[in-house]
This record gives sequence, C-alpha cells and structure tokens, in this order.
Amino acid sequence: MSAPYLLEIRNVKKYFPIQMGLLGRVVGHVKAIDGLSLGIRKGETFGLVGESGCGKSTLGRVILKLQQATEGDVLFEERNVGQLKPNELRRLRQEMQIIFQDPFGSLNPRFLVKDIIGEPIRVHLRASAKELDKRVVELMELVGLDASRRNRYPHEFSGGQRQRIGIARAIALNPKFIVADEAVSALDVSVQSQVLNLLVKLQKELGLTYLFIAHGLNVVRHISDRVGVMYLGKLVEVADTEALFAAPMHPYTAALLSAIPRPTPHNKQERIILQGDVPSPANPPSGCRFHPRCPIARDKCRQEEPLLLPLSEGRQVACHYPLV
Amino acid sequence: MAERLLEIRNLTAGFLSEQGIVKATDRVTLSLDKGQTLCLVGESGSGKSVTSLAVMRLLEFAGGIILDGSIRFHGEDLMKKNQDELTRIRGNKLAMIFQDPMSALNPVFTIGDQIAESLQLHQKKKKKEAWSKAVDLLRLVGIPAPETRARQYPHELSGGMCQRVVIAIALACNPELLIADEPTTALDVTVQAQILDLLQRLKQEFGMSILLITHDMGVAAEMADRIAVMYAGIIAEEGTVAEIFDNPSHPYTIGLLKSIPGFEGERGEELYTIKGTIPSINQLPDGCRFHPRCPHVMSRCREEEPPLLAINADHHAACWLHEETAAAGQRVGVSAWKAKQSRTEVKRA
Repeated sequence: MSAPYLLEIRNVKKYFPIQMGLLGRVVGHVKAIDGLSLGIRKGETFGLVGESGCGKSTLGRVILKLQQATEGDVLFEERNVGQLKPNELRRLRQEMQIIFQDPFGSLNPRFLVKDIIGEPIRVHLRASAKELDKRVVELMELVGLDASRRNRYPHEFSGGQRQRIGIARAIALNPKFIVADEAVSALDVSVQSQVLNLLVKLQKELGLTYLFIAHGLNVVRHISDRVGVMYLGKLVEVADTEALFAAPMHPYTAALLSAIPRPTPHNKQERIILQGDVPSPANPPSGCRFHPRCPIARDKCRQEEPLLLPLSEGRQVACHYPLV
Repeated sequence: MAERLLEIRNLTAGFLSEQGIVKATDRVTLSLDKGQTLCLVGESGSGKSVTSLAVMRLLEFAGGIILDGSIRFHGEDLMKKNQDELTRIRGNKLAMIFQDPMSALNPVFTIGDQIAESLQLHQKKKKKEAWSKAVDLLRLVGIPAPETRARQYPHELSGGMCQRVVIAIALACNPELLIADEPTTALDVTVQAQILDLLQRLKQEFGMSILLITHDMGVAAEMADRIAVMYAGIIAEEGTVAEIFDNPSHPYTIGLLKSIPGFEGERGEELYTIKGTIPSINQLPDGCRFHPRCPHVMSRCREEEPPLLAINADHHAACWLHEETAAAGQRVGVSAWKAKQSRTEVKRA
C-alpha cells in the first residue's frame, strides 16, 4: 500500500555543545534531536508538531543539511544527503527548498522582489535576463502576486504578500520537497487561510511533498496527511491525521490536543492541564522523557525509555501504557 | 443588574505622523461589568492594544495621543486625571499584564523585589511584610518553592513562569480590573492552558473583571462573557459570547470564524478566505471600512459608514445589512442570516 519514501531519516541525532570558560571546554550537550527515524512519502504532507524547543525546526534544517547531523543518515531518493560532495549537494538543493517562518527576516530588504525570487534561478541555472524575467512573472502569478510589482522592495508588501514571495522563491527551481517551517504561524487568521489554500494548490499543481512544521494544531490537521508529535528531541507518536485527532494514543498528544482553546463556547471539553514546563533538552529526564509531566506515569516510565513502536496500521507510539 | 466597572465612550486615539494624525481607534465604545470578562478580538493593526493602553492612560508614553472620548472607571473619568493621580490607580485598582513576560520584568531585580515594589508603593507596606506577601502571591499563582524563586532573577525562570510572576505583580494590590494584552500569545499551548486556567480561577476567587485582548477566537470562546470584534480601528461587532459564535452578524466576524481551520468536519477542503488584506490605518476606504473585502457589499456601504446597529439588546453590529432589523427592533436569527447568505451566494453563482 505504501508509496516509496521520498525522504528517509534514520536514527538522526543533533547535539549542540555547551561550552564554558575561556578555553571553551565542552561541559555538556543540548540534545536537540536524540535518535529520530521517519519516512516521508512522495506527494504527502507530513505535519510535525511540538512545543518550542522540542527540536522540530532543527530537524527541518538537518534534513536540508543547513546543519550537519551529529549522527544518523538522511536519505533523499535513496541518496545519502550527509555523504554528498559539495557539487552534488548543490544540485540536490534544487530539489529541496525551505519556507521560513518570519516573512520579515527571511527577505533581504535591499533586494528587489524580482531579484529575491530570481536568485535561486541565477545561482543554479543558466538563464538570460529575459528568460529570468519571464520565469519571475510566471512565479509571481502562480502565488497570487501582482507581477507588475516585481521592481519593488519587500517593505512595500504586507506580511501575507511577503510570505507569498518566500513561497515563490522556494518553488522557483521546481523542487520535489519543501520544508515549511512555521510558514503561516506569523500571519493573521484571514491571511493565514489564504496562504494555506495557496500551499495546497501548489502541492496539487506541482506534485510537491511537504514537511509542514507548526505548533498550530488546527492548521496541521487541515493540511497534513500524517502527523508526527515531537517531545524533547524525540517522536512520541506518528499517525494518520484523522486517527491521531480522533483518538490520540500518547498521553502527551492527548494533553496537547486538549490544551488548544477551540472556537466553540458551548461544548467546552475537559482539559488535561499538564504540570510544569518542558524540561531542558540539555538534561532530559531518565526513562520516558515525558514522565515528570505525565498524568499516568508509573514506575516503569521512570526507569525504562519506551521505544517508538508500531501499534496498528500506520501508527507508532512511544509509550509503555498507550491510551486506547 | 450588575455594577458597571468600566465605560469607554467614543474613544478616538492615535499617533501623530508626518502625514498628520493617524487614528488607530475611532469612536470605540465599550463597557465592562464587575466580575465579567470582555474579550477584544481582532487581527494585527485593528486597534486592540491602543485601546488597552488608552484605558491605562499609558498611550501617552508609547508616543500616542487620545484625541477624544471618555474612559470612566468606577464612575470617575480617567481622562480628567493627571499622571500623579493615575500612578495611584495604576498597579493598584487597575493592573495590566503584557504579551512578552520576559521584557515586562526588570532583569536586574529579583522577582520578589519586583512584586514587593508595588505593595510598598501602593499599600505602604514595610519591606519585610511586602516580601512575605510577595512569596504568598507566588504561591497563589502556582509557582513551586516560592521562597527560593522569590530570590531569583527573571532569566532563571521559563516563559510560563515569568508570565505567572507578571500576573502576581498585577494581582498584588487586588485590582478590580485586570487588562491582559495577549497574555498567552508568546507561550506554548500546554503552558497557555495553565495560564488561562489560572486567570479563570483568580477571576472567580477575587471577583475581578478582565479585559482580555487576543487574536485567537478559541481563547475568546473559552474566557469571555462578552466579545467585541475590532476591525481597522472600530468595533465591528459586540455581544455576548453565545451571540457572537451562534449568530455572528458582521460579515467580518462571519469570515473570521469561517477561515479558522477547525477540528471537526472535512479535512483538506479549501478554506474560506476573506479576500484582500486589512487596510492600513492611514489609507482607510470610504464608507464602511470593510466594504472592499465584504461579500455582501451594497452601494450604500461605499459611501456611508454604518454605526453600531442593534441586532438585539445584547448584540450590536456595525453593518448596513442590519438596519431594518435594528429599526424594527426585531431579533434577527441565524435562519435570517443564513437566508441572506444563500441569497447572495445564488446571486454570485
């Protein structure tokens, strides 16, 4: 049944050293990603959710090799991204792109919009000025921007329009895979829905595969085919979107889903309020990383770390006592 | 009838710019009863924060000016007070919590000192007494080991903890009105749930009124007794929480509610969108401010700005669609709105 994986992540770890003192002695590591495996199929949208600091953005960057993984492999169409030579990597970059969260920080304010959108083409392909201009116009129309405004600077555009510029830049080289790192989180609701519709439309037209990183769970539910929930550098649950939202099996997923305030004042649901904060990834708790906040933790959870195991068709959960 | 605590009438506030006066809010009228929560919702740039800063009379410090209107707190007009008098009210009977807890706290004082400060200032408490009250307050807002925490600095605490400290400072003098400007926007959902829970508990325990500013309809549904929806500096719609969600009557509110991806219903369908973007406050369209984006626009909307018209005693909307019902003093139900909507949809098709 399952389509082949476009992207496969095998036991990836990313540690950031903590340095102290004059000599920069390494006194510990922030374990941003701590042994994570995942496969993303061609043409699907994989949603990645979790709270700040759980490592979801780092994972996006490691996949694109914007950051080097400490351990483990990232395979894109069965090529190991970590072992590519610089010129091979450069070619691979045409196929994987990223859309950033901040529509203000991710566009160079001194570049004209046509130069921002045209830059990947200039870097990767040979194109005459005329061809380049034609492609920029085409891209701007595709993302719903007025192409006659291509000779303007980013500050002349609104937040939603800038995000469209970022999207046009990401699809400029006809990539196969796009990491959307909180691509709609900074936008107002009425603009957010426009950009979400655009992302879905582009996926259909261009056959894109998305890794959609977000903390807004309703947005993830809307756009994703499958969802992975991260907690402190690890996946705690992976499932088809509908199954996950209908019946979460990891206690953390359940708490996360119940914590979202919903725009339905009449049927307020019982909220599971977690105690305390997310622990520091420099010093994760023993056993199950969620046990200090887990409402149903038992002795085994304090000692033994649960593995991410398949529980049913297409569903993996890392919990000793999964909810049914 | 509940006691009226805050009454804002025709508040027009804004900023001086090179092009002249820019009005961030235009004739905003709102009221809040004792023990109630009023949520001010709207997208960025709609004038929510300017309204809250104006109530605190802090707008002057943020470079803004209040051009017109009155703000009555307990029947006293805050507009007629000078800053000395206001200092005695602010942080005492009127308190505020801000969006970013990290920058609301002073990094070079311990959190205990920062809570005790307002007690020493407003309640003339001795230092030792104020400190022990500060520890009590930290316990009240759910901070574990408050004695130790009180001696720590803001950077030693997480974002959620800092927001609890900011709430403790606001609560120090038992305020009657707490203004919370996006108190949970910077926090994760699980921590947001903790903070909203805390605010609800404190409201019930102390009979406090809350003016909550948020862009999240979900937060508003959870917290509010009444909701006011702002759009480009005006109140577009105002009513009880049930009225706003069951019988939204301004096309902007309807669009806003429809464009939120939900948790029920079909997934992957195209989302409803409000076409266009929010106008900049120095280039407002003529007539109704929403008309260029409105699916129900009529010729009158382009020329004349609608006032807040009564849908019923508990519900008002600034839209010409409701003029007849307002004039007849009738109640327009969901069915009437749906009929109207299907009519326009037929027209468009």
